[in-house]
Amino acid sequence: MQLKRKDLLGIEELNREEIELILETARSFQEVSGREIKKVPALRGKTVVNLFFEDSTRTRISFEIAAKRLSADLLTITKSGSSVAKGETLLDTARNLEALGANLIVCRHRASGAPHWLARNLHASVINAGDGSHEHPSQALLDLLTVADRKKRMDGLQVAIVGDIAHSRVARSNIYAFSKMGAQVRVVGPATMIPRGIENFGVRGQCPQVFYDLGNGIQDCDVIMMLRIQQERIIWTPFSSLTEYSRFYGLNREILKRAKEDVIVMHPGPVNRGIELEPEVADGPHSVILDQVANGVAVRMAILYLLSGHS
Amino acid sequence: MRLHIKNGFLIDPKNKRDGRFDLVICDGCVEDVLPPGQKVAEADIIDVSGLIVSPGFIDLHTHLREPGFEYKETIQTGTRAAAAGGFTSVCCMANTYPVNDNASVTQDILKIAQESGCVNVYPIGAVTVGLKGERLTPMGELKEAGCVALSDDGQTIANSQVMRLAMEYAKSFSLPIISHAIDPVLAGEGVMNEGLTSTRLGLLGIPHAAEDMMIARDIYLAKLTGASLHIAHLSTREGVNLIKRAKEEGVAVTAEVTPHHLTLTDQAVGDYNTSAKMAPPLRNSEDQEALIEGVKSGIIDAIATDHAPHGVMDKEIEFDQAASGVIGLETALSILLQLFENKSLSINRIIELLTVNPARIAGLKRGSLEKGAMADLVIFNPKEEWEIDPSKFYSKSRNSPFTGMKVRGVVTHTFVSGKRVL
Repeated sequence: MQLKRKDLLGIEELNREEIELILETARSFQEVSGREIKKVPALRGKTVVNLFFEDSTRTRISFEIAAKRLSADLLTITKSGSSVAKGETLLDTARNLEALGANLIVCRHRASGAPHWLARNLHASVINAGDGSHEHPSQALLDLLTVADRKKRMDGLQVAIVGDIAHSRVARSNIYAFSKMGAQVRVVGPATMIPRGIENFGVRGQCPQVFYDLGNGIQDCDVIMMLRIQQERIIWTPFSSLTEYSRFYGLNREILKRAKEDVIVMHPGPVNRGIELEPEVADGPHSVILDQVANGVAVRMAILYLLSGHS
Repeated sequence: MRLHIKNGFLIDPKNKRDGRFDLVICDGCVEDVLPPGQKVAEADIIDVSGLIVSPGFIDLHTHLREPGFEYKETIQTGTRAAAAGGFTSVCCMANTYPVNDNASVTQDILKIAQESGCVNVYPIGAVTVGLKGERLTPMGELKEAGCVALSDDGQTIANSQVMRLAMEYAKSFSLPIISHAIDPVLAGEGVMNEGLTSTRLGLLGIPHAAEDMMIARDIYLAKLTGASLHIAHLSTREGVNLIKRAKEEGVAVTAEVTPHHLTLTDQAVGDYNTSAKMAPPLRNSEDQEALIEGVKSGIIDAIATDHAPHGVMDKEIEFDQAASGVIGLETALSILLQLFENKSLSINRIIELLTVNPARIAGLKRGSLEKGAMADLVIFNPKEEWEIDPSKFYSKSRNSPFTGMKVRGVVTHTFVSGKRVL
């Protein structure tokens, strides 16, 4: 089975069957990651290029491990170590990589839409590893896998995404992902962090509910996804201080009681401990943060594998 | 030599002519306007049966890019694009390099236009030196040199004191100020209309209020100073309301709208199409309807292209880094005729907003075809179909949001002062 598309740019364009195919495939790769020899020959002879124009450790390494476990040839280019610094345009860089034989290009970029533009101009498959405030599809897919493993169902789950929705690509991809799988999404944060039009965003009939109050927002939720305060993407600070933010929108043991007893707490990482998450919650029994990390490799293996037929 | 343009359908809103008339052109002027069927002695005949004859279009808002950005457009290519689109006069914005903020730049532009341009070029001088929004330009000298209006287009004069002084000073020389009214702080780093589409695309938005409050400020200042104010490229419903109220109160304000704001919404940004990125941004269908209504009711005075050519390296980059602006001279007529075809606007109204009204705003003795008038005219076939393909444009640039669209309306002849330029 392969995905019938050249690129993976966002969850918006995926249908439920495609999402399920990726999750199914990821499950079979979860098994590979548990073996003593964590390697399959699926991508032997293929070249995967990690093209990271924005700082990232977690996602970059996760894609690197995924490519290596699939036996692909792997090259990682980050902003500082390449001709990007010499003023070469993004497209020039990508075209050169294609000329050098890259089959799959994993792109992280500060600008929303940058991977889409690459995808239109390249024969190679492009995987969006996060573009600006737009989408981060592999993150949403690994979140789905994590929730599916824990909850064994998706229909009717109450999922609260808390934090800076306006600047978050994780939020956008997850709103699409969870709504498409039948869950009900809520977004929670101060109004300065809730973007215009969010109440009409996503899947018709299942658009997010907006909450400005954390307690009400997580009331009886099955899943709470805390977002990182992304100070690098914020121009005007949308709150008065981190202390106040943490007091009203930080998740602590006390307020967590308003969610369902078996609630799971997620975070795309890296966690600002003590700001959006109390350390005891981050490390506590409800936290599935490390499962997310482990599932990231399996999901990214699935994505690389399912797109490799095209290149 | 005498020219007899016969069997055409003349639309000349200034002279309230709308029917079959022949034109006789001699020595660069209209010698006579005749009912059809009359013989004209010693004249070359052009038979334009089935075609519409109109005064040449006047664009209040063109970026010719010369001097300084010749890779985007030159006066030669820009005026050819104008002629191809039926425009016989273009008012060119001051954001060149160097900025047209002193008489020597104005003179240069006019000299180049004389040598290489094929339509009338009317420079617009800057309001402030270097478009910095601080010191006033020598408006008297700019006018003497040939500027017909003043604008810092592309930049908003954020400082209200400077804008007030500019209006008063411009008034002393009877020059209108054209305002690019977008609050730069509220617009911030926004790159498109703020709303569901910007949220979906993860792009920073520019709220309607950024434009509305600046238009309101400029109207208050026009009221205070008695200056003539022209609001460039209206994009919002509230902008139209503000102009309406100001006009009812007798404020000397006029306004223009672009063909793209009349026909597109922010959905045209689609999949990060940088050819749909401009300032002000494309808005919602409600705004679009209000703009059409504003044209219909006469609240909006002129249609201007805001022809803003940009090179590949300005546009074929990340959306948030891409330059703002779209080209429009060669598509304006066909795009506006869509509004005629879907019965939103009459052809007469469209032509009025492309001819007599902009002439009045810029103080040009053009835009009409009575006996003795300058023979600036365009002849077009409103029914002929074509597909918009910017690679075939006279303009140097390709940044059209209408690429690939099938439209009607082909310009067959353009005359400037009696001389055929297309």
